[in-house]
Amino acid sequence: MTLLAVVTVAIIYQRSLFGVVILASMYSFLMATLLVVLDAVDVAMTEASVGAGVSTVFLLAALHLIKTTEMGPIRRHTVPLLVAIGTGAVLVWGTNLLPPFGSPDGVIHGHVAPRYIADTIRETNVPNVVTSVLADYRGYDTLGETTVIFTAGIGVMLLLRGGRRRGRAAEEKASK
Amino acid sequence: MSLDPILRVGTKLILPFILLFALYVQFHGDYGPGGGFQAGVITAGMVVLLAIIFGLKAAQRIAPKGLVERMIPLGVLIYAGTGVAGLIMGQNFLDYSVLAHDPSHGHELGIFLVEAGVLVTVSGTMTALFYAFVERGR
Repeated sequence: MTLLAVVTVAIIYQRSLFGVVILASMYSFLMATLLVVLDAVDVAMTEASVGAGVSTVFLLAALHLIKTTEMGPIRRHTVPLLVAIGTGAVLVWGTNLLPPFGSPDGVIHGHVAPRYIADTIRETNVPNVVTSVLADYRGYDTLGETTVIFTAGIGVMLLLRGGRRRGRAAEEKASK
Repeated sequence: MSLDPILRVGTKLILPFILLFALYVQFHGDYGPGGGFQAGVITAGMVVLLAIIFGLKAAQRIAPKGLVERMIPLGVLIYAGTGVAGLIMGQNFLDYSVLAHDPSHGHELGIFLVEAGVLVTVSGTMTALFYAFVERGR
């Protein structure tokens, strides 16, 4: 947790975007370690592979296309600072109303979770509850997620390609 | 393209194990941590590593661009098709209990199929995005 805070502060003060990408990758990796400590191995694996792995590759690839130094601040940032501190204070105040960490009588543990845990082997033959919830009980949500990835991928590819084609057409026009 | 022999040989050694690990994560997702998303990303990571060390051409020989781009909608179709199959066989959309004789086996099969759909879409999207970035950068 302390390391997470240190990395966050380092990201804020880092001006070179390359450094920011590497630090963000470190942040994801620390987050994955934290999730392993919290016994959320599925999420930790996702965080390590997506956050620390592939997104770092994509950010570096994007940096390859643009310049790599962040511009200095244009305006004074007193108001955004106040807004951020206010939001943070409200969030911290809100955690008072949450049940204590790991408490079994929290509201989320009393709704459908006991049924999922009790019936998953009988109903789906799959011992990993995370998988059965993800792909079966909440299958609609995962279908939505997959569609989101599909749409996002198509969108980014169209942006990357479309820009190039237009650039080439402009060049041809200019050469004529 | 890198000419460093240590990197090239090391990558060659490690690539099959990355793919094997991705398959393990995919098919062992029923019992341990993992599933389509993670396995898809690991597969894409393998292609990215291959492209970094051996160049884009070598990567595209193994994972051709056309195939990778077709995988993106194919995965969604596999997922939605599993849902529609349940619909055709007289159940609700995405209810897998009719896919096999025994409802629990039907669920197992359904989960396997949708995870496969997720794997195909995720690995296809990640690899296609990487190709798009690399080609744009040239």
